[in-house]
Amino acid sequence: MTDLIPFLKEMLSAPGLSGFESPIREIISKAWEPLVDELSVSNIGSLHGYKKAEGNEPRPRVLISAHMDAIGMMVTGIRDGLMHVTEIGGLDHRILPGQPVTVHGREDLPGVIVQPPGHLLPDSVGDGPVEMKYLLVDVGLRPEDVVEKVRVGDTVSYAQDPLELSGEALAGHTLDNRVSVAATTLCLDGLQDRRHIWDVWAVASAQEEETLGGAFTSPFDIRPDIAIVIDVCFAKGPGSNDWRSLPFGEGVGIGYGPNIHPALCEAFEKKAKALEIPYHRDLMPKMSGTDAMAVQIVAEGIPCAVLGIPLRYMHTPVETVSLKDIRRAGRLMAEFIADLTPDSLDQIQWEG
Amino acid sequence: MKSLIQKLVETVGPSGFEYEIRDMIREEIGDAADAIRVDALGSLIAVKGKKQADGMRVMISAHIDEIGLMATHIDKNGFIRFTSIGGINPLTCYGGRVVFMDGRRGVIGMDGIERGKTPKLSDLFIDVGASSNESCPVKVGDVCGFERPFLDLGKRMVAKSMDDRIAAAIAIETLKRLEDTPHEVHFVFSTQEEVGLRGATTAAFGVDPDVGFAVDVTLSGDTPRPNTKMATALGDGPAIKVRDSSFIADPRLVDWMVKSAEEAGIPYQLEVLVAGGTDGRAIQLTRAGVPAGCVSIACRYIHSPSEMVDSDDVENAVKLLLKLLQDPIVLD
Amino acid sequence: MKAENMSENAPMIDKDQLGLLEKLCNACAVSGDEFEVRKIVREEVASIVDDFRVDALGNVLATKHGKGENKVRVMLAAHMDEIGLMIVKKHDDDLFQFECVGGIDPRQLPGKAVLVGREHLPGVIGAKPIHMTTKKERQNKIDVSDMRIDLGPQIGEKVKPGDRVTFATRFEVLGPSLRAKALDDRFGVATLVELIKRAPENIDLLAAFTVQEEVGLRGARVAAYALNPDMAIALDSTPAYDLPHWDEEDENVQYNTHLDAGPAIYVMDRATIADQRLVSWLRDTAEINGIPYQFRQPGGGGTDAGVIHKTRSGIPSISVSVPARYAHTAASIARLADWENTLKLLHAALSRVTPDLLTGERRG
Repeated sequence: MTDLIPFLKEMLSAPGLSGFESPIREIISKAWEPLVDELSVSNIGSLHGYKKAEGNEPRPRVLISAHMDAIGMMVTGIRDGLMHVTEIGGLDHRILPGQPVTVHGREDLPGVIVQPPGHLLPDSVGDGPVEMKYLLVDVGLRPEDVVEKVRVGDTVSYAQDPLELSGEALAGHTLDNRVSVAATTLCLDGLQDRRHIWDVWAVASAQEEETLGGAFTSPFDIRPDIAIVIDVCFAKGPGSNDWRSLPFGEGVGIGYGPNIHPALCEAFEKKAKALEIPYHRDLMPKMSGTDAMAVQIVAEGIPCAVLGIPLRYMHTPVETVSLKDIRRAGRLMAEFIADLTPDSLDQIQWEG
Repeated sequence: MKSLIQKLVETVGPSGFEYEIRDMIREEIGDAADAIRVDALGSLIAVKGKKQADGMRVMISAHIDEIGLMATHIDKNGFIRFTSIGGINPLTCYGGRVVFMDGRRGVIGMDGIERGKTPKLSDLFIDVGASSNESCPVKVGDVCGFERPFLDLGKRMVAKSMDDRIAAAIAIETLKRLEDTPHEVHFVFSTQEEVGLRGATTAAFGVDPDVGFAVDVTLSGDTPRPNTKMATALGDGPAIKVRDSSFIADPRLVDWMVKSAEEAGIPYQLEVLVAGGTDGRAIQLTRAGVPAGCVSIACRYIHSPSEMVDSDDVENAVKLLLKLLQDPIVLD
Repeated sequence: MKAENMSENAPMIDKDQLGLLEKLCNACAVSGDEFEVRKIVREEVASIVDDFRVDALGNVLATKHGKGENKVRVMLAAHMDEIGLMIVKKHDDDLFQFECVGGIDPRQLPGKAVLVGREHLPGVIGAKPIHMTTKKERQNKIDVSDMRIDLGPQIGEKVKPGDRVTFATRFEVLGPSLRAKALDDRFGVATLVELIKRAPENIDLLAAFTVQEEVGLRGARVAAYALNPDMAIALDSTPAYDLPHWDEEDENVQYNTHLDAGPAIYVMDRATIADQRLVSWLRDTAEINGIPYQFRQPGGGGTDAGVIHKTRSGIPSISVSVPARYAHTAASIARLADWENTLKLLHAALSRVTPDLLTGERRG
């Protein structure tokens, strides 16, 4: 059985930026190996864990998509031993100055993002926020050593260590979306001693933050009958208190909107109620901002559910989540999948 | 190669209307390919080589469309309003010359606008010398490209549509010189890249490759005070793309491309482009996914009528592609 | 020009077709919840087609086979969804906050009557009394997040976050014109229903009543993949910006289309550059049959054709629209004659489709 906190901490200490997911994929692979029947890697680096169901072929299939890639930065130039960087995924440049980072050059180099003094910046900046193109990364090495060890195109990740906060909360970088990978792993745990009739394809998808690449390509290969996309969603907190945010630590988000098949949304709400798992409806009037944007429109179309783990301070190095919600999500998925019957697909219909 | 490049850049072929350039490329290729076909969106696909046990189906994509303009309204005095095909910077238009698909030529004029303001496309018009709506030979829907003759500056070459005819030239040259390869190589001369990678999207689905490379131009950071600080420069060799804003090249492919270049003693530079998109994305996201990369040619003044590249970079790009195709592709 | 094919089989707009359009326009089907229109479509065509199914996204895919060999498989797409709103929060004062679904100019919203949810509960998007506003304030846009829908003080639990909302406009005939909400794209849906009813026998007609066009052409993408046609036409409605310029001296050069000028054939929008073979085919059909037509001004916008033509290895595609003023607002106005001519053009064009239409290479 997976021990959640050590597993999370192990994942959070591994780099794995969009497009460069190998290190995190290895860790997830090790964790999933005893839990699935077959492990494979897609052409662009997504991890597929196939857990066979009972019964004869053809068996219906459910795909779980949890993106494993992280946001971060990439070196665009080196000047006097200091590096210019650009973002991979969406970063608010205002949280960058002073952040500890790791530059993944020929070796991993600890460094820090620095804000140059005002007189070295354009006048227009004044005392306002400094755009990423003017920030620099300093790894403390002399220029001739930097040039040996770092080159244009190297990735840079946040280096903030995870912190256990009170009330079973955890803070760190890349909780988006490693907490969903953890929940998926808990789901696979939960299915170890349950019978299930639907084949399960757990996908740790690549490149969600940049191109939704994994979400477009893995379902094309696997062709599931339904898909469950699990990602983080906004939790209420400072600056984030409108209808888009769910209460922190008080339950799983169940998505509703054009990206989601309404019958799946209802089925998940019903299941959560029956299991007394707290949940909130997560409204997505247009797009879900998750892998489901791609999964839903692959080939002939795939009915999707979107589950959310509420998270504060998204896309910063101090993202904060409640461990309770991770466990809830894992359990909800396991029970939902275990209860799928051969007729379940017939119930996922459209009115009219 | 310069005469081939000149022929290619001086032909008109904006997105959606690539038929002349396609005919020319087909003629250039002649018998050098094992098979040639044209797909539903007009992309030309030339296949060479047989897939061996240690080989792959490789797609190489160079787009043959260029940016251009389409007439939207002929006013009562015969002036032609237009919309853009692909990314057009109004600043590069005023005083420019255009040539329509039927050979008719014109010049781009501008409404009187406030001094110091940047014009919008709707402030511009084409003048073909007509004096009324009825007598204007151009109709709504007619298509034109910019006109600027090829300029040979020795080591540097200048023309409109270096983006991406230079890549078409590189692909043709590679195809012609390709001899021993373990791979089945599909050279795709793709259409409609400038309006959203459309030709490469459908071509990639049809080819269904094991691995793919786009060949395109990229910004160079070697001009005074550039807006985007690029580490690339003309003359530093073909660029191996790490990423642009449309996709991230498969790092295993990037490593292998770097290794191959170093092995063959071909100069190269690494490219991180924080703007722009290329056919590489279309290849990477097709079907169940394809490891994809891109060989780029550093280019100054992209999307202006005078794009400049380095001829050694172009020759080295051919050498690099040939090197990549000569051995099995190892992705580890 | 000799009017070929304009025989007894040429479609016309009369009471039945108008009645269907009225039902469709008055139905509420915001992107993601196309139920009401899907139900009407099922009632109209399920029993007269060879194959009828609803796919994973809610698209209706219906096939009517023609007769004979080597029939061209023609996909016709019309989207069932309309732009609208979704309730996102109930405030303490029993007023409801909402978000837009699809492209809506927020300036079109204040002071409008709306219908909420499946029950079409009446509500209003209120606006501050002018007496309480300042001149300065009236120069600023009202933010959508500040607007509220009011359904009265005892609405209770009848309305919840997630419910969809549309304008309350009812369909009306005004002389030569129609005024309604959602002419984009109920025109397309009604036209497609009529074409199915009169399907020419020389083609396999693959009808796709698509979902979620207004939020990214999503339904059409999977419909095209599933149907895998030889060619496709998107049936839509496109804006006519043919009003006078505020400055009398100035000419309106960006009218997009004109009312009364007939169906609009697309050469290029932001999503598709039409296959010229199909442009010629439609233009020739119109000329031969004496049907008025116009070319939509090349430029912005997009239709389902934008994703259809890029599906699989590529599908030659084009769009044809009924022009209508004031699209994506509470009330659009269009000419009945333009709709009738659109229907006539499509029917005549489909009747002359042969495999020769698509032989050879795409040259433009």
